[in-house]
Amino acid sequence: MTRSKGFSVFKLLPPLAVLLLSSCSNLVLLNPKGQVGQDEKSLILTATFLMLIVVIPVFILTLVFAFKYRASNRKAKYSPNWGDSAKIETVMWLIPVMIIAVLATVTWITTHKLDPYRPLEVQGKPITIQAVSMDWKWLFIYPEQGMASVNEVAFPAGGPVNFQITSDTVMNSFFIPQLGSQIYSMTGMETKLHIIADEPGTYDGMSANYSGAGFSDMDFKALAMTRDNFESWVRNAKSASQELNQSSYAELAKPSRDNPVTYYSSVESHMFDSIVRKYMHAGSGKQE
Amino acid sequence: MFGKLTLQSLPLDIPIQMGAVLFMVLVTAGIIGYLTVKRKWKWLWSEWLTTVDHKKIGVMYLVVAFVMLFRGFVDAMMMRSQQAIAEGAAQGYLPPDHYDQVFSAHGVIMILFMAMPFIIGLINIVVPQQIGARDVAFPFLNSVSFWLFVAGMVLVNLSLVFGEFARTGWTAYPPLSELQYSPGVGVDYYIWALQISGAGTLLTGINFVATIIKMRAPGMTLMKMPVFTWTALCTNILIIGAFPILTVALALLALDRYLGMHFFTNALGGNAMMYVNLFWAWGHPEVYILVLPAFGVFSEVIATFTGKKLFGYTSMIYATVAITVLSFIVWLHHFFTMGSGANVNAFFGITTMIIAVPTGVKIFNWVFTIYRGRLRFTTPVLWTLGFIITFTIGGMSGVLLAVPGADFVLHNSLFLIAHFHNTIIGGAVFGVFAGVNYWFPKAFGFKLNEKLGKRAFWFWLVGFYLAFMPLYVLGFMGMTRRLNHYNNPAWQPYLIVAAVGAVVILIGILHQVAQLVVSIRDREKNRDLTGDPWDGRTLEWSLASPPPFYNFAVIPEVHERDAYWAMKQDGSAHQRPAKYEDIHMPRNTGAGVILGVAALILGFAMVWHIWWMAALGFLGLVVTVIARSFEEDTEYTIPAEEVERIENELAAQRQLQTSEA
Repeated sequence: MTRSKGFSVFKLLPPLAVLLLSSCSNLVLLNPKGQVGQDEKSLILTATFLMLIVVIPVFILTLVFAFKYRASNRKAKYSPNWGDSAKIETVMWLIPVMIIAVLATVTWITTHKLDPYRPLEVQGKPITIQAVSMDWKWLFIYPEQGMASVNEVAFPAGGPVNFQITSDTVMNSFFIPQLGSQIYSMTGMETKLHIIADEPGTYDGMSANYSGAGFSDMDFKALAMTRDNFESWVRNAKSASQELNQSSYAELAKPSRDNPVTYYSSVESHMFDSIVRKYMHAGSGKQE
Repeated sequence: MFGKLTLQSLPLDIPIQMGAVLFMVLVTAGIIGYLTVKRKWKWLWSEWLTTVDHKKIGVMYLVVAFVMLFRGFVDAMMMRSQQAIAEGAAQGYLPPDHYDQVFSAHGVIMILFMAMPFIIGLINIVVPQQIGARDVAFPFLNSVSFWLFVAGMVLVNLSLVFGEFARTGWTAYPPLSELQYSPGVGVDYYIWALQISGAGTLLTGINFVATIIKMRAPGMTLMKMPVFTWTALCTNILIIGAFPILTVALALLALDRYLGMHFFTNALGGNAMMYVNLFWAWGHPEVYILVLPAFGVFSEVIATFTGKKLFGYTSMIYATVAITVLSFIVWLHHFFTMGSGANVNAFFGITTMIIAVPTGVKIFNWVFTIYRGRLRFTTPVLWTLGFIITFTIGGMSGVLLAVPGADFVLHNSLFLIAHFHNTIIGGAVFGVFAGVNYWFPKAFGFKLNEKLGKRAFWFWLVGFYLAFMPLYVLGFMGMTRRLNHYNNPAWQPYLIVAAVGAVVILIGILHQVAQLVVSIRDREKNRDLTGDPWDGRTLEWSLASPPPFYNFAVIPEVHERDAYWAMKQDGSAHQRPAKYEDIHMPRNTGAGVILGVAALILGFAMVWHIWWMAALGFLGLVVTVIARSFEEDTEYTIPAEEVERIENELAAQRQLQTSEA
């Protein structure tokens, strides 16, 4: 983007460049920590470079022509009735067609490869985590470990993470920018997201779809851990005093903002399914 | 008696909102006072409010649009200042309850009550003149369209005084916009404002398609139509195709909210995804409705000020039509992250990027029009050059968002916000400003001040880049849209730069106000009596500035694409006919205003559940339409002698200025 800005408001370039350089590590999308994020980063760069092939000449032509054919320059050729050229017009259709053809091919391939529903083809034992967006917090249920957490999600680094996602309120979007794709959470439906963290670390997570007054505080930390650390994280959670059952869930489901991180030592069976199902049946919001 | 409306509905406890209310009341009182003191009420009523003249209706659209630009811009300043300070423990000065209304209102106002009336205003003023017509096909309907639009606009602004506006974002996605999550009247204001103004817009679409298809001057085949008229045709076809979808989507949402139905609710089998699809099946064509006429403006401006034929007219038309068709099969790119599956996502991603082909062709066309021309750097040309560069960047970020794999991380981020402001401001708004500077002398008879116009452009351009380039970066930093406050110190410097950018744009807007004031003050000095101040190419420049109310005393015959240019070349321009004929023109009518008022009453009453008042408003609509249908005396005749007298006067003026020059 800096390249393109320079042409029209070059005065702004130095301060912006300083800002850019000083915060490169903050450009989280260009600093991904997992395979999905890395693929998406290189896709963004490829597509941008492809487009610059045509965009940069357009900038140059615009400015050069505007300067050269200014009215005061009487030396430049003036052809008031010239308005067609089969040659130029063919080229001006063909160039974008070719670039878009390449980009469309790239799009077809990467869209299938990066489909959030497609399980990752990587080594390592996958872990399944069920995420529920609520007003205004995230509930994470670990069906294999039999525990749950609020506003903090942990998983082993180096292995695929399979998220099953739903909502018990309005539409939200589950997103950990540094690990790649986001996907909507919606009531009565289960969406899927497959991501991976290559190295241990703490990554910012959020809802990326506005969901009401408490939306701004729907952020959470995603902890990618070594397997040992993850296991002790699970043990710690399982020593929590609360259990997640229908009554504690009803308590949690009440609208609240800026929830602290909390853990549930156990989870009633089929909790996630019951959250999904309660909107699939007639009426009252109660499940059978 | 008054439904849900009580004294508590007034925002007495919110100082910012009370300030806005006070400002609105003072301005309204000032205008009423001025009109009363100067005894202008009768003039206002008979010359403007009841007019069916497309030129005056167009001017009224522009006035409303400019006022709404202010309103929407104040919202923008509030958002930028809130985000510039609300980092970490600081929560800013706008609590979410208020802030969420501000960004919702900003989107609705800027798109539907600023950009739309600017575009429709220009179409109104220019199209009939460009095609050699005396008015639109249905002049009364045109007045109705305008007043329905005004009713919607007033309703949105009334939400500042009574109650609240939607806190849902400008898209009002359910289930958030359903009663369960938005029990207040905000969403109802949204629904009725959009329904009423949308009905007006749909009527405009029908009116202008009929006008362009049926009322072109003899000889003006489709492929001899000016490019602006072509883009207006495509835009109005899009309106006819797209607006009914919005109407249905909002009607279903209203049924959910008013009659307890379950189209989009969480419970009882409602499906919010349906609304999202319907909304964007309108929403995406809508952005082309805004930008196509802007493309038309640039085409006219660049051909006129290079003194040269538009390069690749045929390519340009095919490109425009291609965009028109394609705009209906790309809507899903607004929600790749909904989990549609790879085939569906890839299909819509590719259809979206195909639009870049005709758009790219258009850019090349403008650039090659400059080639071997004699470019005069007037204000409209500056806007055009600014557009070519800015819009190209916006197009590039748009194609990037069209790639589903990239959208998965950029969706709903500030990168997206930067992208669509880049295209809507850099495309539609720049186009409107170019168009207003270009056609102003035609509409008012004097030119706008160039020096202030150019300064306004530079402030806008610099301000735009300062305000929106940081948002692209913030998108890459993982900042999502509609945040009231955030916990990330790295974002703050960029948000401060963006706020500074907004201030620079404000200076640009103030220059535009100054430009208008100074130009009106110096109007005698800048008077254009020739009717052709720019050495124009299309038929509107063959008329006097401003044109007589009947536009053309004699309907011209068209032989070439740039009809007026050709007439000037072969010396047939401004030839006086041997004899004038009577002209039939539509009479002014107050029915449009009355319909607008009735629609406003209906909308306001529905928002507050005041059923007796709603019945009254509805009755007003029905009775007025029936009464109008019995009105037989809707036209009058200007006798040939009167036409001749006016034309003689105008010809004398033209000669005077031409000989002086």
